Amino acid sequence: MTYFRRVADRARDHGDPGRERRGERRYRYLARFSATDAMLLRELVSQIAELVGGPATAGQIKDAPGLDTPGLDTPGLDTPGLDTPGPEAPDLESLGLDALGLTEDAGLPDDPALARLLPDAYRDDPDAASEFRRYTEKDLRAGKVAAAKTVLATLPEGGGRISLSETEAQVWLRALNDIRLALGVRLGVTEDVMEEMARMSHDDPRFGVLAVYDWLSGTQESLVHALS
Amino acid sequence: MSVAPVEVERPRTGADTSVDRPWVTIVWNDPVNLMSYVRYVFQQVFGYPRAKAEKLMLDVHHKGKAVVAVGAREEMERDVEVLHGYGLWATLRHDT
Repeated sequence: MTYFRRVADRARDHGDPGRERRGERRYRYLARFSATDAMLLRELVSQIAELVGGPATAGQIKDAPGLDTPGLDTPGLDTPGLDTPGPEAPDLESLGLDALGLTEDAGLPDDPALARLLPDAYRDDPDAASEFRRYTEKDLRAGKVAAAKTVLATLPEGGGRISLSETEAQVWLRALNDIRLALGVRLGVTEDVMEEMARMSHDDPRFGVLAVYDWLSGTQESLVHALS
Repeated sequence: MSVAPVEVERPRTGADTSVDRPWVTIVWNDPVNLMSYVRYVFQQVFGYPRAKAEKLMLDVHHKGKAVVAVGAREEMERDVEVLHGYGLWATLRHDT
């Protein structure tokens, strides 16, 4: 898993020595991602953006600032089916990523993963739920797409050390959570998922994706603790 | 137009003071959300102290759901919208 740690933002404190005394100290949130992990996470948040934002979002994501690193292919952005990674890309199939299918059925309101990301606000009142959705769902979708874009803009394609502001770190938390929610639905995750995984054969088709889920859980947990 | 969930600093009347404002925000247990994350979200969204947020999170975990806020319908709708932004499974209802 990837560990986040919190450090004082010395650059900011330097300009205002009284800041720490007044309890206004600012922090940065640091982590290091391998190239493979960075590629994986960028692919997953792109899938979430597409799932929540619809097919039109895929084009917008590629236009996000800071994403135009030449020479590095990002498999999946052009081919949502994840079927054709570039020749130099890590082997997605061996990671079980070809089975994720997060963008599948994106247009259908009854897609269970999408339904989990955009739940009803009223449990026993369909009319009120529908009314609430009419007024809020667009912003909710836009917020999730924006979170995905923040991750893409702050995590280089080749990985390496990242340094997030407090605001960015909080947005990362939500983006990591959205991926886990969608994966959890696709995988049928229960609260006993770790015990299940421990008993599972490494040849099981779900094992690779559960390992990804487990890595995301640990990474999110680490970021929660850094922010707490 | 603001799209990201806005963090609310103001302390909120808690679930333990019911009375004359009969709408409630409920958070339901789910197998994915991390316990630490749910506690963190309650602190961020409602301004609850860590201990109270922790207790509400444990109620969700052990009892399957918890009332996390009480107030006017509009306030509860806003809470639910913000909680959905964080990925929590939240609903509201008339508490009668």
